[in-house]
Amino acid sequence: MPDLLAGRLQMAISLGFHILFAVAGMAMPLLMVLAEWRWLRTGDETALVLAKKWARGTAILFAVGAVSGTVLSFELGLLWPRFMEYAGPLIGMPFSLEGFAFFLEAIALGVYLYGWEKVPKAVHLGSGMVVAASGLASGIFVVAVNAWMNTPSGFRVDANGNFVDVDLWRAFFNPAFPTQALHMAIAAYTSTAFIVLGIHARQLRKDPTSAFHRAAIEIVLPLAIIAAPLQAVSGDFSAKHIARDQPAKLAAAEALFHTESGVPLLIGGWPDTANETVHGAIPIPKMLSVLAKGAPDAIVTGLDAVPRTDWPPVPIVHVAFQIMVACGVAMIGLVLFAVVLRLRRREVHRAPLFLRAAEICGPLGLVALEAGWTVTEVGRQPWIISGVMRTRDAITPMPGLVVSLAVVCVLYAFLGVVVLVLLRKYVVLGPKAPKEGES
Amino acid sequence: MIDWALVLWLIIGAATAVYVLTGGADFGAGFWDAMASGKRKREQEEAIARAIAPIWEANHIWLIFIIVLMFTAFPKAFSAIVVAFHIPIALVLLGIVFRGSAFIFRSYGIQSGNARRRWHGLFATSSIVTPIFLGVIVGGASTGQIRVLQGRVMTGYFAGWTSPFAWLVGLFTLSLSALLAAVYLARETNGDLSRDFRIRAIAAEGVTGLFAGLVFLYARTEAPDLFARLATSHWTWAIQGATALAAMLTIALLVLKRVRLAPWTAAIQVTLVIIGWGAAMNGHFVLPDVSIATSVTQPAVLRPIAVAVFVGGLILVPSLLYLYRVFKTKDA
Repeated sequence: MPDLLAGRLQMAISLGFHILFAVAGMAMPLLMVLAEWRWLRTGDETALVLAKKWARGTAILFAVGAVSGTVLSFELGLLWPRFMEYAGPLIGMPFSLEGFAFFLEAIALGVYLYGWEKVPKAVHLGSGMVVAASGLASGIFVVAVNAWMNTPSGFRVDANGNFVDVDLWRAFFNPAFPTQALHMAIAAYTSTAFIVLGIHARQLRKDPTSAFHRAAIEIVLPLAIIAAPLQAVSGDFSAKHIARDQPAKLAAAEALFHTESGVPLLIGGWPDTANETVHGAIPIPKMLSVLAKGAPDAIVTGLDAVPRTDWPPVPIVHVAFQIMVACGVAMIGLVLFAVVLRLRRREVHRAPLFLRAAEICGPLGLVALEAGWTVTEVGRQPWIISGVMRTRDAITPMPGLVVSLAVVCVLYAFLGVVVLVLLRKYVVLGPKAPKEGES
Repeated sequence: MIDWALVLWLIIGAATAVYVLTGGADFGAGFWDAMASGKRKREQEEAIARAIAPIWEANHIWLIFIIVLMFTAFPKAFSAIVVAFHIPIALVLLGIVFRGSAFIFRSYGIQSGNARRRWHGLFATSSIVTPIFLGVIVGGASTGQIRVLQGRVMTGYFAGWTSPFAWLVGLFTLSLSALLAAVYLARETNGDLSRDFRIRAIAAEGVTGLFAGLVFLYARTEAPDLFARLATSHWTWAIQGATALAAMLTIALLVLKRVRLAPWTAAIQVTLVIIGWGAAMNGHFVLPDVSIATSVTQPAVLRPIAVAVFVGGLILVPSLLYLYRVFKTKDA
């Protein structure tokens, strides 16, 4: 396997693994704080048990996320030394801030997990809120780095290829940052809410009298209802930004080979790059021009604006994009189901059909997450810094990268299995789960 | 005019010291976990597990912090180091990952005998291997065998760190970790258990002294630039003298059962080792070609980063101290 491909795959796998735990670190703290607040407000002991269970789950996921984050920090150097040599100073500020936020989150989580009986109640809840806020902040900071790779700003390339006239503020608040940060933040809450909802819905179906799982659903469902539609709105903002600032990425996502006006939106379809056409898509007339540019006859840039050798892999980007949107639509469908039940004054926890649907939809947020990241990362190829540095020029000269790829794969497969076992034992099984120290 | 490059170099140096004092002690605790023996073997292991549990996640952040500051402020040094030391860095990473995972699953996981033993073994092995490789990298950077020309590493992937000198530095790093852990654990425990760790700490001081001497001797032939600075600058004898003094003081305090004071002198001793090494490197990250001067980025980057670090520190240091206070007083 060529070293560049091995390096790219290793990075993709590492990022794909890490993002699952990162979103847990961003959004689970909100859930545990909501549960604790409910307990403080109503005295409902079930809410306290829930807060502790969710906190335990958060701790496991956070710890694994810290490990996978460490791997990524090392891989930045091990795989992409040339990228780091040039980009390092420009992305150092958001990375440092991300590090601070993470550190603060770890400290606050330590207080939260071990301080239940040791610190005053208000301080304990406060520490939970610090975990939630710093988790969100650290996610936003690290997205600033990725956004810079997509719309590099705050520097000039001189005659020798060096990055000069550095403006860190501009680098941080680059054109892609606002929409990426918003979309990622909501994605964290949406995907976490749906998987937590799905898990508890499944358990409630098996044990319909469980006050524990019912309370869980009562807390997490509103979050899912708010987040999923907001994500669609945020997605629209992102698409409009990409249409303007990263046209090749949008063209690949929509499998738009030719620049034209009045462009249809394609649902599904398999891109045929050689023949510059799409097979089997359902077109909605004028819709892409409307969504991307705001007018039915607006011109949308196609892949023909860029030399063929600089095209991202169109099938991967297009299919990933379709998967992401399909998941989003399904999740909004579930939200509508819940709203309709509520309007009919039916309780969701007594609606087996809803519980089944919630269980099936559970993983969709995480699928959308991975698909969306595939769109934005693969859609930027062949660039590692859009229009400035190519991925193939950034890779380490170290040979035999397939070895480290293999090691990383084995490592993550192993970690993944053990995490699932742990979560199942400690969180999913509810209050009947064995405590520490018992076998 | 403030020399921001120097400021950031000092911040990285300080972060290195803090990492060794905290993360290094974590590794050392894993070492003693592996070496737990005698009548109180199980109690030793439990004391170690209790001491590390709530705060281990916070300790490794220092290494990430060092990485981030390096690629931000000294990007050319960062890229040379990650190419020349690709292999040992990858091994450090494996060590950290295995150790972290073993620890997570020990804390939260399956309690059955066989699984526990396997995790225990993984935790112990990775706790021992990681500080060795970290030291190997530091040693390798000091040998002068790695050459970098116009940003390209010319000497391949094995130069420097495969030398006996580098491995001695690795073993020296392990013994420092073990020393710190034993001294901290002697304070955290009582009675016979505390005595166990006091004895281990004294033994660790002896081994540390041995490796320090060997490193100095081997530096003569294998790290001549470093040795020249170690042996001939006027400050070096002051620092090395103070280090030896701190070591002897630590031993004395341990013998006298003054376990509350010993961690301080041990920490001073280790910090002096780091300062001494930093000074001997003479502003270089990798001898002889990679230095502050040849690898620093633009001033427009340095000052905001230094300020951000300072402001971040204002928030984090009190928080960290609060965390320590909540947990260290819990058993009182």
